[in-house]
Amino acid sequence: MLGLPLLSSLIWLPIVGGIAVLLVGDAKASAARWLSLLISLGTFALSLPLWSGFELGTASFQFVERMAWIPSLHCDYYLGVDGISLPLIVLTTFTTVLVILAGWGSVEKRVSQYFAAFLILEGVMIGVFCALDGLLYYVFWEAMLIPMFLIIGVWGGVRRVYATMKFFLYTFFGSIFMLIALVYLYLKTGTYDLGAFYAVHLSFNEQVLIFLAFFAAFAVKVPMFPVHTWLPDAHVEAPTGGSVVLAAIMLKMGGYGFLRFSLPIAPDASHYLSWMMIALSLVAVLYIGLVALVQSDMKKLIAYSSIAHMGFVTLGCFLAWDIVAATQSLHGATLGLSGAMVQMISHGLVSGALFLCVGVLYDRMHTRDIGAYGGVINKMPIFGAFMVLFAMANAGLPGTSGFVGEFMVILASFHANPWYALLAAVTLITGAAYTLWLVKRVVFGPVANEHVEALTDVNPREFLVLGILAVAVLAVGVYPKPLTDVMEPTLRHLVDLLSTSKF
Amino acid sequence: MHTLLLTIVLAPLLASLIAGLFGTFIGRVISHCVTIAGVGLSLALSALVLSRMMTAGEPTFEETLYTWMVTDGIHFEVGFLVDHLTALMMVVVTFVSLMVHIYTIGYMHEDEGYSRFFSYISLFTFAMLMLVMSNNFLQLFFGWEAVGVVSYLLIGFWFTRPSAIFANMKAFLVNRVGDFGFVLGIASLVYYTGSLSYSDAFHAAPMIVTHTITPWAGTSWNAMTFTCICLFIGAMGKSAQVPLHVWLPDSMEGPTPISALIHAATMVTAGIFMVARMSPLFELSPTARTFVLVIGATTALFMGFLGIIANDIKRVVAYSTLSQLGYMTVALGVSAYSVAIFHLMTHAFFKALLFLAAGSVIIGMHHEQDMRKMGGLRRYMPITYWTSLIGALALIGFPGFAGFYSKDSIIEAVHAALEKGTVAGAGYAYFCVVAGVFITAFYTFRMIFMTFHGEERMDHHTQEHLHESPAVVWVPLVLLAIPSIFIGGLTMGPLLFGDYFGQAIHVNEANNVVAELGAEWKGPWAFILAGFTSAPFYLAASGVVTAWALYLKWPAIPSAVALRLAPIYRLLENKYFFDWFNENVIALGSRVLGRGFWRVGDQFLIDGALVNGSARSVGVLGTLLRQIQSGLLYHYAFAMIIGLSALLGYLLWHA
Repeated sequence: MLGLPLLSSLIWLPIVGGIAVLLVGDAKASAARWLSLLISLGTFALSLPLWSGFELGTASFQFVERMAWIPSLHCDYYLGVDGISLPLIVLTTFTTVLVILAGWGSVEKRVSQYFAAFLILEGVMIGVFCALDGLLYYVFWEAMLIPMFLIIGVWGGVRRVYATMKFFLYTFFGSIFMLIALVYLYLKTGTYDLGAFYAVHLSFNEQVLIFLAFFAAFAVKVPMFPVHTWLPDAHVEAPTGGSVVLAAIMLKMGGYGFLRFSLPIAPDASHYLSWMMIALSLVAVLYIGLVALVQSDMKKLIAYSSIAHMGFVTLGCFLAWDIVAATQSLHGATLGLSGAMVQMISHGLVSGALFLCVGVLYDRMHTRDIGAYGGVINKMPIFGAFMVLFAMANAGLPGTSGFVGEFMVILASFHANPWYALLAAVTLITGAAYTLWLVKRVVFGPVANEHVEALTDVNPREFLVLGILAVAVLAVGVYPKPLTDVMEPTLRHLVDLLSTSKF
Repeated sequence: MHTLLLTIVLAPLLASLIAGLFGTFIGRVISHCVTIAGVGLSLALSALVLSRMMTAGEPTFEETLYTWMVTDGIHFEVGFLVDHLTALMMVVVTFVSLMVHIYTIGYMHEDEGYSRFFSYISLFTFAMLMLVMSNNFLQLFFGWEAVGVVSYLLIGFWFTRPSAIFANMKAFLVNRVGDFGFVLGIASLVYYTGSLSYSDAFHAAPMIVTHTITPWAGTSWNAMTFTCICLFIGAMGKSAQVPLHVWLPDSMEGPTPISALIHAATMVTAGIFMVARMSPLFELSPTARTFVLVIGATTALFMGFLGIIANDIKRVVAYSTLSQLGYMTVALGVSAYSVAIFHLMTHAFFKALLFLAAGSVIIGMHHEQDMRKMGGLRRYMPITYWTSLIGALALIGFPGFAGFYSKDSIIEAVHAALEKGTVAGAGYAYFCVVAGVFITAFYTFRMIFMTFHGEERMDHHTQEHLHESPAVVWVPLVLLAIPSIFIGGLTMGPLLFGDYFGQAIHVNEANNVVAELGAEWKGPWAFILAGFTSAPFYLAASGVVTAWALYLKWPAIPSAVALRLAPIYRLLENKYFFDWFNENVIALGSRVLGRGFWRVGDQFLIDGALVNGSARSVGVLGTLLRQIQSGLLYHYAFAMIIGLSALLGYLLWHA
């Protein structure tokens, strides 16, 4: 596209734009809103040629940009995308537009700062997905914390300070170990180039330590049991937009990290510890599924449901070795990985949509307590229809995106061990139980009280946001092929990498 | 053919979208016109497909519509397989659906959600067609779940009623328990065949039988048995077989037209259809067939008992549906797949008829459903009465009516299986299906007598306003009554003993009990004559007589019997305590477990001990360390002396 460095533009347009919005100032709230919308739309538009220009059928990095960054440390400003990062980048640019729209009327405090934070966050997150240099990746990774820290800390709820501290310390704790691993790999290879990390030979013990260091960072982000307790608190206190970005994109950093770093850099350790990863994933599905059932706060319920859904991502990532052990072939491994990827994308759409739905209700009633609602559909029929649709997607209904990834992971896990499939498939029951029970208590029934009686249906802006998400959820559910076609070669290559010993 | 089939499927979908999204703008009349036109078109074209297949020898149609995705070499596709089995189902589905559409104009005319209702039932028709026309498990599962969702939406159609929104959630969740098994069955097939298509599964079937699954050391299951039982668990949910039957009686919370369409004629028979479709797999696992047989027989008999004590007219019909689904399942268990489909078809007509007739009664009674407050309605609602009577006679298998052919065939198939020894459990099944005949006749005519005969027990106001329902209601009744009489005799020969199903249903020669029946088949008239002298006829007749005696002649007896047999009565009244168990053990247990995990695991152990605990312990440690750094010189000197002497002591000791 006219020789424009597409990835750099995607990273820096929202960051520079965010600073511009900041300069507009809170006094001119309307101008700040429009400018933010324009920038987020522009970024989204820039991500489209990324998709259309992406060459299918190859696993190599595309749209590569590389220049020296800190020569003394041999680290480069090195960007590129492949089938793993591309869908996540588009998800990021897509979600940000919706978040800007969703925050349009409901945020009144420090408006320009709010929108600027999201734009800067967007750029940084895209940076995480594009970075092919270990140090650059780390810088983006840590930078991501700052805007989110502010979003929860400034625009959050009552216990926002506790939640932000917990969020920050948890993730920071994990990241430190990742930094150590990256530095170790640098000392080993003399570069921060990811390709060198993939190629370098590592002893078994080295791999185990590196794997555990990365695990500390990524498991917290996913989040995996037992380091998941920051998420419900963060979600509950975050403003709607913060919850959406957190659920839709930031959690994906963990899954992305496993795919980009842990599996290819430490394949033998991944093999050795895959039992643990699978066990923790299944615990997430089963244990968290039941915990979600008893939540009385809507956001907490959806947060726990997120953890359970992300369990499918980690499960799909670590099936390869059990498949080999069971069948002496790798057939099914790519299925598991692409199931994990599809699950990430779908969860981004569905959980984002559900948090937006909660936001719509919260804006009107100022409570997230399920008990305060009942019979919302009587007063908000259009909203009710959306909520039921997204709930069904959350319960994994075929025809919606929620089904695709879960189905693929269940199919793949049967290749590894029928027990895995059996335990994972329990989500069909628990997932439907907590989601539909929520719908029953909030959406259906007679009008519960005078506050519900006073509700008004979605306005055109909310309709637009939810409608776009509904279309996306259905589109992925009815025709996921474009998505899987983009990912397939990269994931096949990844299976090659992770099945090759690095001793 | 391609375009034709696509139109059949998409016409109801399009109509549904129009009525659903724009219902408020286009108004009621256009909503129902559009949806009726859509379904009518589907019916006409389905009939065309069927007739082409039967007369013009149109070959089986199989084609991929589009590729959903390809990953790891597995093709996930959407496509059609239309053979004689499918064509028959398409006609049944669209015909009953059209009747229900027309009937709804009358039944729902006062309802606020009129357009929404039409949108749902058209959407249902689309989903059901997708289910029966599929050529692969992906689309089958899509249709399977989509009909489930529409059922969910329709049971909860009156969403302000607490009982309705409880019933719809229950229905969905119980079905999900079935789907849990279904998905595992599909996963198993994908594992062994690397494909989701039916034909690949059938080709690979002889290979799958040679594999075993070892769930734990020392045990091994045949892979085909495992797969078939998993698939059948799905069917148990959808087709409401014990113990996953609990949702169906509660689903009567939905408006009556959908009870007829979804919870009697079509959706609940999806499980039966699926097993028949999978006959090449089930034929290879005797264990799975025994499982099917026992579950079906249990459902057939024990759900019938519940019909005896129900007083809600719709619930009686619902229990009879459960019982009849049990009969179909029994037929599947003895490898009489074609008989199961035959009964599915006749049942679709007469059960839809009975439900719609019950709905007509309910309209007449101003939405009163309790039969104890009815009686003598035949004088006010003659058309409803006569059509109900036809439905009832078909249901009890009175010789000559549609249900007679199919139900008698099932009983004889089980008998043949028992004699040939083709499947274990046939003795139990035979007892259940024969005893079931008496029970069916008894509760069916109990309903007829309590509703249409005897003393008029309704209040004065209702009585004054009693009249026959409008034409949009009774015309579908009449149109359904016709096949309820004739369809059995007309189709039994070709369906069961001709080569109608051809390759669509596969039966191993050794298990072929239908062929035994065929040896004695001398046409419908001879079958009727034989029917009058057979044991089931006498059982049915005595059931009717018993009902007459207990509910018309000596109405005091039932309550006396109930009193005398109090424990049994309580068992039946509590529906064998399935609901109690589900609510108090499973549902409550999950919540207690969830709360326990949350409070103890998340809050106490992880957050309390680890997260906040580590922060606290750092604080405590800091406080402790601060004590040491007191700043007093003699403290430090003392510590040095102690340390030095300890070090010296250690060195001396080792030297």
